[in-house]
Amino acid sequence: MKISARRIDKTTIFDVSGDIDMSNSPEVRNALLAELRGSKASRVVLNLTEVVYMDSSGVASLVEGLKASRESGSRFVLFGLSPSAREVLKISRLLKLFEIYDDEEQAMSA
Amino acid sequence: MPGGIGPVSDNRVRDFRRICGRMLTGPEDLIAYRTSYVSLPGSRGYEMKRPSNPSNAFLLKLELRSHPGLLCVVRGAMEPLMGMLGFSAAECRSITRAVDEALSNIMRHSYRGRLDQVIGVSCRRIQRRAHAGICKGIEVLLIDSGPAIDPAKLCGRPLDEVRPGGLGLHLMRECMDSVEYTRRGRLNQLRLVKYAQPSKSRPCP
Repeated sequence: MKISARRIDKTTIFDVSGDIDMSNSPEVRNALLAELRGSKASRVVLNLTEVVYMDSSGVASLVEGLKASRESGSRFVLFGLSPSAREVLKISRLLKLFEIYDDEEQAMSA
Repeated sequence: MPGGIGPVSDNRVRDFRRICGRMLTGPEDLIAYRTSYVSLPGSRGYEMKRPSNPSNAFLLKLELRSHPGLLCVVRGAMEPLMGMLGFSAAECRSITRAVDEALSNIMRHSYRGRLDQVIGVSCRRIQRRAHAGICKGIEVLLIDSGPAIDPAKLCGRPLDEVRPGGLGLHLMRECMDSVEYTRRGRLNQLRLVKYAQPSKSRPCP
C-alpha cells in the first residue's frame, strides 16, 4: 500500500494504491488524522481509485477521519471506490455517512 | 515488511500440525488431504490412497504465521479458488472478506498481535438439500491455538453507533451463511460456511 498527498488550493488529496488491511491501515489513519488535525486544509479528499480491497480496519480509519473532520470543521471526501470498498461500507451501514463521488473531477467541483 | 517474518519454532509447528490433524480431520478426510499432495518421482512421501468420498476432499489447506503481512497472500489464494468453484464475483469477494476478517481477528485478539504464532486454514466443498435440489457450498475452517474466547464477546456491537472498530464479526456474519465458533481441546475453531446462490446462468459450484 502506498499513500501520497498533493495539495490544490485549500484541498489536500491523498492518493492511495494497493489493498488497505490490518497490516497498513494505521498508515492511512495517521496520514488522515495528521492532515485533518494539523493543517489548514478546508477539505481532505481520499482517492481510492487504486484500492481494490479494504478491510474493517480500513473502514475504521475512514470513520476516524470523518470524526476528525467534523471536529475541525473541514470536509472529508472519498472518490473512486472499488466494488469491494463500496460493499464493505454498505455492509457496515456507513455508505450514506460519507461524502462519496465517482471521480476526482466530481469530488473537486462538489 | 514491518516486523519482519522470522523463523517459527519447528516444535511449535509440529505440535500444531499434530493437534490440528487430530482435531480437524477424520480418517477419510486425512486420506483425502494426503492424496492432494503431488508425489515427486523417487519420493517416498505420502501413501497415495484414493479417498472413499472424493467430494469431501480438502480443496486447500494452509498454515500461516500470525503476521498481518500474510493476509494478502490468503486473499490472493481464496478469491480465485472461489471463482474456480463457480461462485459469482460478489460471492467470491464476500467469502474472501470473511476469511480475511477472521484471520485479522485471530491475529489481533487471539494472538494479541504476536507475529510468530500459527494459524491453520482449510477449505472443502459441502452440500445441502434445498427446495431446488442439492445446493453446493464451501466450508472454511480457521484454527488457532490462542486462549479460549468468551462466547459473550462474539455478539458484535450495534451498528447504530458510528465509531471505529468492532466491525469484523459483523462483516463475517453478513458475508457468510454461517459463522460458528468452537473450542476444541486447546484450539479455537472458527467455521465459515457459504452456499452458492442459485442462478439460471451458471451451475452450482
